[in-house]
Amino acid sequence: MRALSASSPLSALNRGPLAYVLLTAYLLLTSALLLTNTRTSLGTDILFILFLLGFLLIYRARVAGLYKLALGAIMLLAIVPYFGAQNAYYIELAIQAGIFVALALGLNVVVGFAGLLDLGYVAFFAVGAYLWGIFSTDQAAQFLPGFTPLAAESFYLFLALGLFIGAFFGALLGLPVLRLRGDYLAIVTLGLGEVIRVLAVNLDRPVNITNGSQGIKSIARPPLPDVMRTLLPGLSDPQLYQLLIYLMALLVVGLSVFVVYRLKNSRIGRAWEAIREDETAAIAMGVPLVRMKLLAFAVGASFAGAMGVLFAAKQQFINPPTFDLLRSIGILSMVILGGMGSIPGAILGGMLVTLLDLQILPRIATELGALKRQGVVIPDWFDPAQYQRALFGLLLIIMMIFRPEGILPDQRRSEEMHAGAPARPSGGPDQSN
Amino acid sequence: MLLDAQHVTKTFGGLVAVNDVSLTVEPGSIVSVIGPNGAGKTTFFNVLTGIYKPTSGRILFDGAEITGLRPDQITQRGIARTFQNIRLFNNMTVLENVLVGMHGRLRAGLWGSLFLTPAVRAEEQSARKRAFELLAFVGLERKHSELAKNLPYGDQRRLEIARAMATQPKLILLDEPTAGMNPQETGEAIHLIRRLRDELGITVILIEHDMRVVMTISERVTVLDYGAKIAEGKPEEIRNNPQVIEAYLGRGAVVA
Repeated sequence: MRALSASSPLSALNRGPLAYVLLTAYLLLTSALLLTNTRTSLGTDILFILFLLGFLLIYRARVAGLYKLALGAIMLLAIVPYFGAQNAYYIELAIQAGIFVALALGLNVVVGFAGLLDLGYVAFFAVGAYLWGIFSTDQAAQFLPGFTPLAAESFYLFLALGLFIGAFFGALLGLPVLRLRGDYLAIVTLGLGEVIRVLAVNLDRPVNITNGSQGIKSIARPPLPDVMRTLLPGLSDPQLYQLLIYLMALLVVGLSVFVVYRLKNSRIGRAWEAIREDETAAIAMGVPLVRMKLLAFAVGASFAGAMGVLFAAKQQFINPPTFDLLRSIGILSMVILGGMGSIPGAILGGMLVTLLDLQILPRIATELGALKRQGVVIPDWFDPAQYQRALFGLLLIIMMIFRPEGILPDQRRSEEMHAGAPARPSGGPDQSN
Repeated sequence: MLLDAQHVTKTFGGLVAVNDVSLTVEPGSIVSVIGPNGAGKTTFFNVLTGIYKPTSGRILFDGAEITGLRPDQITQRGIARTFQNIRLFNNMTVLENVLVGMHGRLRAGLWGSLFLTPAVRAEEQSARKRAFELLAFVGLERKHSELAKNLPYGDQRRLEIARAMATQPKLILLDEPTAGMNPQETGEAIHLIRRLRDELGITVILIEHDMRVVMTISERVTVLDYGAKIAEGKPEEIRNNPQVIEAYLGRGAVVA
């Protein structure tokens, strides 16, 4: 992306009609290659990543906004689904990425905008997941005698309900931490997040609400609209379901982007930023701290609630370990990696970490394993599969050293991080955006 | 009376930071609060603006009691302030700083902001317009898109005043507005404070160390020492008050 910045020699490529041609050519090429190589392999992995890189190019390219929108829509609504129909692994990847992008966007509201370090964010994801999990199965009958599982159609209602329940829980867990700042806030939210998980484990007695550590099985999927069957007659039901979930995830992500973008540029977003900068000054300027902090917690949690509903429907099975602290930290690392307070950053961070987690690192491990079997000397103690997390950690550390503000930082955050650093000549690595 | 603080006391544990201080301020006046370091001036400001709740005493503003209200509620009633050690929103632009000051005067809620209703759009536009007017008033309109932290010191002080003005106050509390300024900047600051009152009709209370500033612009002066009020009156009365001279210069100074 830096190659396209104004000050670099390559910026000539990102100007005028040439930008249109190059961007379109890149997207056509990667799309074509992707659609002709649908078998899961290292090559396809690389193509998939190159294809996804196209989104970054769209974002950075100097072309008309409408053109960007059209390109993005074609990629998301035509090429990814078409490719995904050929290979279930990659659409699953896209769905996961979508889920985590929405979570990163939500956490970004709390951590990036309002500066409230929240380490228990996954709790709201759990609340959404259990909401649909409980009421779409006969689990609810365990504590509501005579309750029959809701029809699959009510999924859509629950997707919306997830927003509100998430927001409600966000505000609820926000209440006890209103007076805390910084590290203290982080510790208490961490605890509250764990409370939700522990509740999920233990609320099977005396009244069985969550079915404890066994989790909830056979959660309903949203019903397939007839339109999809008639429009795509060649696809099997599992493929159609995946496609439907993908589209739903896209919908929630789209909604999240819209909401955070509008709020960031509003009176509310300014109040959040002011709180992040200086609470005392903010309240002295008439910003009601309590209301604005609760709003940040609620808005942030709402996306997680909705995505939780979708996640439960996708997995059809949920259990408490899915919602542990590591998950919260993972989401936080997406926000930080992408650039705190930055909307494109949160999107990129969510995609990148998901890809690293589910695709790139496992792929490196398999390839290394294959090399080993072919006789390349890799010491026995080095089991690539076990070093995935270490590699991820290493990447994070390298990022924090060389680009502490994240990959696509908020303009201001970038300056903050490099304040005091000697001015770099234009075209230097960190002046590009 | 615009402001009527009655017997305000604030203690921190055993320390009496503000001790039974009463202060009345007429609308449209410029009043100074002076005193040696640690006399409790800033604590008194913090009590007036709701950052601290008074241990005892009442504060009436514009005829209504504001004792114990939250800072944002007090700001809403019409008291604005600046801080001794400038507290701008450093990583926001100059314009955004002023817009945050307008928070309490704008109505855009969650849904309005999400759907960007015509009302919200119009409100944002007029808020921006007013913010530019305020910046012009303090002479910062050309720097509206700079980050607050990148402004030179004097400009930061001025931005703090513009931000405080954005809350549409009746009364503005300035905590050492000329601290750290050179004589020329101080002169400009005095001019600006006068204009606040003369052109915008805002009542001003300032904490100030620079006696030239105090004597030049205040109509009344209140002197605090060890948390208690030791003198009150016109500048020339204060200048010759033996107790005040003693508080500042120590015992013996009066005789000498």
